[in-house]
Amino acid sequence: MVEYVWPDRKDVSVLGGSHDKIDGPAKCTGTAKYSYDINPPKMAMARVLGCPHAHCKLKSIDTAAAEKIKGVVAVRALKNAGDEIKWQGDLIACVVGETDGAAVEGLAAIKAEYEPLDVFVDEEDLAAAEKAGRAKKGAGKVQLEKEPGDGEDEAEFEEKELARLFKEAAAVVDGYYGIRAITHMCLETHGSTAEWKDGKVTSHLSTQNVSGTAGQIGGPLGLTADDVTVHCDYIGGGFGSKFAADSWGVLAARLAKELDRPVKLMLDRDLELKIAGARPSGFANVKVGANSEGVLTVWDSHHWTTGGPEGGALSQDVMPYVIVPPNFRRKTTNVSTNTGPTRAWRAPNHPQGCALSQTAVDDVAAKLGMDSLEVFRRNLINVPEARRKLYEEEMTIAAKLMDWQAKWHPHGKGKANGSVVTGMGMAMHTWQGGGHPSSCRVKIHPDGGLECFLGSQDLGTGTRTVIATVLAETFGLPIDAVKVNIGSSKYPPSGPSGGSTTVGGVSESSRHAGLDALAQLNEKVAEKLGANADDLVAKGGRIFDKNDTNKGLAWKEACSLLGMNPLEVTSRGAPGRNSKLSSSGVGGVQMAEVAVDRETGEVRMKKFVAVQDMGLVVNRKTAESQILGALIMGIAFSLFEERIMDAKTGAFLNAEVADYKLPRLGDIGELVVEIYEPDEERARGVIGLGEPPVIGPGAAISNAVCNALGVRVPVLPMTPKQVLDTLKARNA
Amino acid sequence: MSNVGKPAPNKSGFSRRAFLKGSGAAAAASALATAPGVAEGAETSLVVGPGGSTITLDVNGQSHKLAVEPRTTLLEALRYGLNVTGPKPISVDGSSGGSTVLIDGKPASANSVLALDCVGKKIITAESLAGDKLDPVAEAFVHHDASQCGFCTPGFVIAVKAFLAKHPKATEAEIRAGLNGNLCRCGTYGNIIPAVLDVVKGAGNG
Repeated sequence: MVEYVWPDRKDVSVLGGSHDKIDGPAKCTGTAKYSYDINPPKMAMARVLGCPHAHCKLKSIDTAAAEKIKGVVAVRALKNAGDEIKWQGDLIACVVGETDGAAVEGLAAIKAEYEPLDVFVDEEDLAAAEKAGRAKKGAGKVQLEKEPGDGEDEAEFEEKELARLFKEAAAVVDGYYGIRAITHMCLETHGSTAEWKDGKVTSHLSTQNVSGTAGQIGGPLGLTADDVTVHCDYIGGGFGSKFAADSWGVLAARLAKELDRPVKLMLDRDLELKIAGARPSGFANVKVGANSEGVLTVWDSHHWTTGGPEGGALSQDVMPYVIVPPNFRRKTTNVSTNTGPTRAWRAPNHPQGCALSQTAVDDVAAKLGMDSLEVFRRNLINVPEARRKLYEEEMTIAAKLMDWQAKWHPHGKGKANGSVVTGMGMAMHTWQGGGHPSSCRVKIHPDGGLECFLGSQDLGTGTRTVIATVLAETFGLPIDAVKVNIGSSKYPPSGPSGGSTTVGGVSESSRHAGLDALAQLNEKVAEKLGANADDLVAKGGRIFDKNDTNKGLAWKEACSLLGMNPLEVTSRGAPGRNSKLSSSGVGGVQMAEVAVDRETGEVRMKKFVAVQDMGLVVNRKTAESQILGALIMGIAFSLFEERIMDAKTGAFLNAEVADYKLPRLGDIGELVVEIYEPDEERARGVIGLGEPPVIGPGAAISNAVCNALGVRVPVLPMTPKQVLDTLKARNA
Repeated sequence: MSNVGKPAPNKSGFSRRAFLKGSGAAAAASALATAPGVAEGAETSLVVGPGGSTITLDVNGQSHKLAVEPRTTLLEALRYGLNVTGPKPISVDGSSGGSTVLIDGKPASANSVLALDCVGKKIITAESLAGDKLDPVAEAFVHHDASQCGFCTPGFVIAVKAFLAKHPKATEAEIRAGLNGNLCRCGTYGNIIPAVLDVVKGAGNG
């Protein structure tokens, strides 16, 4: 009976170590091939045309001139006359050329006429949204400790009780907070290179979901999933936007079939930003009450948000966030805008919820003139009991790394250096991150070769290296002894890489498959050695009897017992309540230190500390990289990036790399990462990490800026203009 | 057949080539874009419009003949003419640094340069950093895990090569000030800074 567990900390060889990514050399020398880089012979280049209007009716579309351009292979209208278009960039037509240049020329020759319709893109302006008929009441919840008396009207009781609680509170903060919509800005734009051969499609699709997209491509082409291979060795960024094959992924496959030649269709940068995903914005009025100790007693919030033309807006569940007082009411309004539909963005809902909530917590500290850290610590009473100790320990570690105590000053009371003031802020977050369903095939060759196959993918988190580490640990071999095959829908299926589910998922399946294969190999080794198979240990390149370590076989010798054929074992992971390999639910504490120039409005990062738990660490090096990357992405949406829409025309004004501001190497300050892995956390097994550390930065950095200036810059990103406008409003 | 990058180093008996094969990338690496109507003497042609001409490009120490149009950028010539896909198309105007190559030793965005203007010049891409022994910059990037998705990385390593050629003894402050032309979305800057510092130290010792 195989027991699916991890070795103890003292017994590990490579598990939890700090290992270079096995595909690092390919990535760092340009030899890694992304979907964009697959260039089969006779490949044609497709380009798509986006609608220039944010809301209109397509009156006519004429492709005749485009078809006559030299080098144009095919032209397809993707919309019909009379169709309503609801956001700028929605695809109108496609041109296939012998070269990219010919396709571009073809696009320019397409003639389309539009009838413009009413446009609304400014969801922050709730009054205007209501006036335009774009606001719709969303979900909400009320939770009060007291219940209405018999026959008492619930709505009346709710108002009365909230009023009473606010009246009793020692401090009440009535604030406005916001976080603008951002895009995914995958550096490899969405798209694919599709091949058609013998009635089958191979789609080199830039995807977070190799196992789940074959059917999406096959269906519209009248094929079943078995006639479709989705292949993606490397993906140039996804962040939640590349789960589906998308209309353009299907279109490339259809064109390859119709033209009987390979077709490459990658979105242009501006279309990528306009149509291939955005993170919903959130704007909130938050009223919060606390007792004289700074402990929150009551919360009343209303947030409004947009998911684009319809649906998908910011969830109600993240208000309030982590720190949940015993009495709260939350309301939501969904605003429909003429902007590209939103998609999942790294840790969906959480970064917004944290930025809209924990800023209000910090404003309570400011109001009471208390140390923010002390207020967060006291509010652990408002955190689920099971996590209180963890957060408290993480706060202590973070405070030490930040030197919080020595540096702290009350809000707005720091010493100025010329026009520059400094400040610190903090935030805390949570995420689930349980492993997804995954299967792994392990193949042990009689000559000692070891391969594995999973229909998973590497988003840059080091999936290959995680799998190799797990199997190397399982078989007692070095990491580079394991050949990892991922990125094809023809391999045993794995879930999509989203929700921080991949590392948990593939660790489960590869550990299961590895242990199952080892058990079979051990039967043969035991027979040869005259030992009990249950007593065999695989370690240091040998399989030996734990009762007599001299009694053993070198790995190759052991594998030679397999005879002519390799041993192949496919196993499925079993994440869930009964698993000892993986679990879900993490926390984390972050502290930011900033310098703000009151004259220019510029915010500079000085130091950023992240303390993060994640259960059992598989590869420390790539885990740290995930946290570092998340902090930088957090700096991006806190200080730099935003989708800027023209209120009058609905045009996306900054949909190019040069105009969509993101931090550069010089903008990040000092980053300090601490992985918190005490024995009791390690014992929980592997938990996903990709998302949690990107949640806290918005609130932590906003709180730091507020601590520096003594006034809240209400909306993220805190660009120089936002900072200066805030200071101007205060001084007015 | 053009050179698309030498095999990477061989560690403990398991070759990188075998790994690439396992991952399915080798199939792609062997394929070449061959547009119809290949001009005389050219290995590949990117010509469909007027004014096409056959040129020779010196890429990573090897000469390649290919037919291009006046509008063909160096990036298109590399990617679709020669299947040298290390330089990436990320922005339309070079503002991402994703297509950074060295042209006669100077960094340039390959999508902002016309192929015709590169005749007679030496072009170096990230693929040149592969080999039996990795180039120190690529090696430091690997060791410091300074790639995540990796799409910006080939441009970044070339930018670092160019930066260090000019500032071999760069301090951390100079590194933070001098490498802002390249964009990374995953957030690898925090790993790139110590990687570059390592190369500076290594060069100092050597």
